[in-house]
Amino acid sequence: MTFRRYRAVAKKEFLHILRDWRSLFAALAMPLVLLLLFGYALTLDVDRIATYVYDQDGTPESRELVERFRGSRYFDVLAMVGDYQTVERGIDTSRILLGVVIPNDFSSNVLSGKEADVQLLLDGSDSNTASLALGYAEGLMQMYALEVQNRAQNQKGMGHPGPAVDARIRVWYNSELQSKNYIVPGLIAVILMIIAALLTSLTIAREWENGTMEQLLSTPLRPAELLLGKLSAFFVLGLVDTVIAIFVGVVVFEVPLRGNPLFLLAASSIFLFGALCWGILISTVARSQLMAYQMGILSSFLPAFLLSGFVYAIENMPPVIRLLTYIIPARYFVTILKGIFLKGAGPEVLWGPLALLCVYAAVVFFLATKRLRQKVA
Amino acid sequence: MPENAVEVRGLVKRFGDFHAVDDVSFEVSRGEIFGFLGPNGAGKSTTIRILCGLLSPTAGEARVGGYDVATEAEQVKENIGYMSQKFSLYDDLAVEENIDFFSGVYGVRREIRETRKEYVLKMAGLENRRGDMTRLLAGGWKQRLALGCAILHEPPILFLDEPTSGVDPIARRTFWDLIYQLAEAGNTVFVSTHYMDEAEYCHRIALMYRGRIVALGAPAELKRSLNLPSMEDVFISRIEEEERRTA
Repeated sequence: MTFRRYRAVAKKEFLHILRDWRSLFAALAMPLVLLLLFGYALTLDVDRIATYVYDQDGTPESRELVERFRGSRYFDVLAMVGDYQTVERGIDTSRILLGVVIPNDFSSNVLSGKEADVQLLLDGSDSNTASLALGYAEGLMQMYALEVQNRAQNQKGMGHPGPAVDARIRVWYNSELQSKNYIVPGLIAVILMIIAALLTSLTIAREWENGTMEQLLSTPLRPAELLLGKLSAFFVLGLVDTVIAIFVGVVVFEVPLRGNPLFLLAASSIFLFGALCWGILISTVARSQLMAYQMGILSSFLPAFLLSGFVYAIENMPPVIRLLTYIIPARYFVTILKGIFLKGAGPEVLWGPLALLCVYAAVVFFLATKRLRQKVA
Repeated sequence: MPENAVEVRGLVKRFGDFHAVDDVSFEVSRGEIFGFLGPNGAGKSTTIRILCGLLSPTAGEARVGGYDVATEAEQVKENIGYMSQKFSLYDDLAVEENIDFFSGVYGVRREIRETRKEYVLKMAGLENRRGDMTRLLAGGWKQRLALGCAILHEPPILFLDEPTSGVDPIARRTFWDLIYQLAEAGNTVFVSTHYMDEAEYCHRIALMYRGRIVALGAPAELKRSLNLPSMEDVFISRIEEEERRTA
């Protein structure tokens, strides 16, 4: 390992990056574009659910219930309708997601303290949104029923019994339960993985295609010097991308950054190094740039997106898939990012995933050098 | 440095069933211009790649500068300059940047780096174009720059694989002048070509056909022994004889 040879490669790679301004621009715009695209498209919050209400009762009690739906930010009552068919057609044509049908015995049942049924018709074709909508509607109606009963009992002079249990809920770390707060940090991991793998996946393949690899192999340049030189140049670019991604997360999406920004940058560097090494490994396997590009996208994006636990909870996966997630570096980085962003955690808490990221980077770097050496012979 | 710059004994390279190099033996002495002649696919490039440590031989032994190419590749690489068939400098770097890069990769000492750079620029006739992008250079200049980058570290042995293919006759002539200069300075030059006129410029040539050496010697000697007027005739007669032998 000679510093002079390493430095010559690093300098040459910097020149390549600066000369190819189109790719440079793409590399710098990518975190911004991807984060905005995914950040806005991937919201898991359900609100303003399109709703029709069919009020058969028409009493002050039923009207109050409708007002509750109108007042809630989760529902958007598009119209009051006069028959079932309109509700059904509304669901069939996807105009609405929810139909609320209040039967004509609603108020009498409520006032007498009996069970008051309300029919909810849901479009279950998007089961996730439907179950969330159902949850909100049920919660709203239960609150309402309790209040009405309490009022009725008060009027009869029976005092205020109040609910038996009054749960005071306090949510830690993401107190508004906004999905962006946990999606955006995870998204940064996914995006960095894609960018890093793409940046480096072409670099060795390009040397093969241009015939410069053969020239390099005839010189005393060692595989480790070549790889480290290339990695240094792309590392600087990747770090700029990291800063852009974090900046967009904090400023545009207003995700709270509770931890130490320097620790965040240090942890990102470790992940970045491993991801860049992965791109290089791909590049040593694929001899054409096109193949390297496709392998780079597939092997970085899919696992990081599906198996890192950034939206899809790892605990809910089948055991085999869950085992698979342990070899996905993005999994550890997502944990680290969420920890630093939302919990303000430091190295004393996150040393486990950090250590695993280091192991990953070291293993992939070793494989890439080994692979390059094999090709030499 | 041993007497012979290159020593090859019973060299074999197989790719599957195909014998790219089939039991080849020869020596190249120091300061010699040794030509490798033969049609495409004869095994010239494969042999050169083995000698440069880019490919490992299937069988046989090859020593370059006294070092075994299979086991001492690192030492071999420090003593050779290699120019491949394909132009292999970086098109998106300036002339000077290419020189600086290879200077660093070959580990040229800091004190002599500037003098080596000026020497190469002068040799390639690019003193006034040092800041130009390499892709803008015409074929002949590119070729000379590639040669220059391969000799930055003053290697005693040079391997040039069809260095003049696709270059105009005048540029070829200039290139061969450079080869002579290098040989006069004591360097060994191992050059492959399929131009017959270039064969005449070599001190000795090896005629390669289907992975074998079918003739070896000084051009004049070969012509005399077969009583033929030109290298082209030597070439054809040897190949016809080889065809008869294997038929």
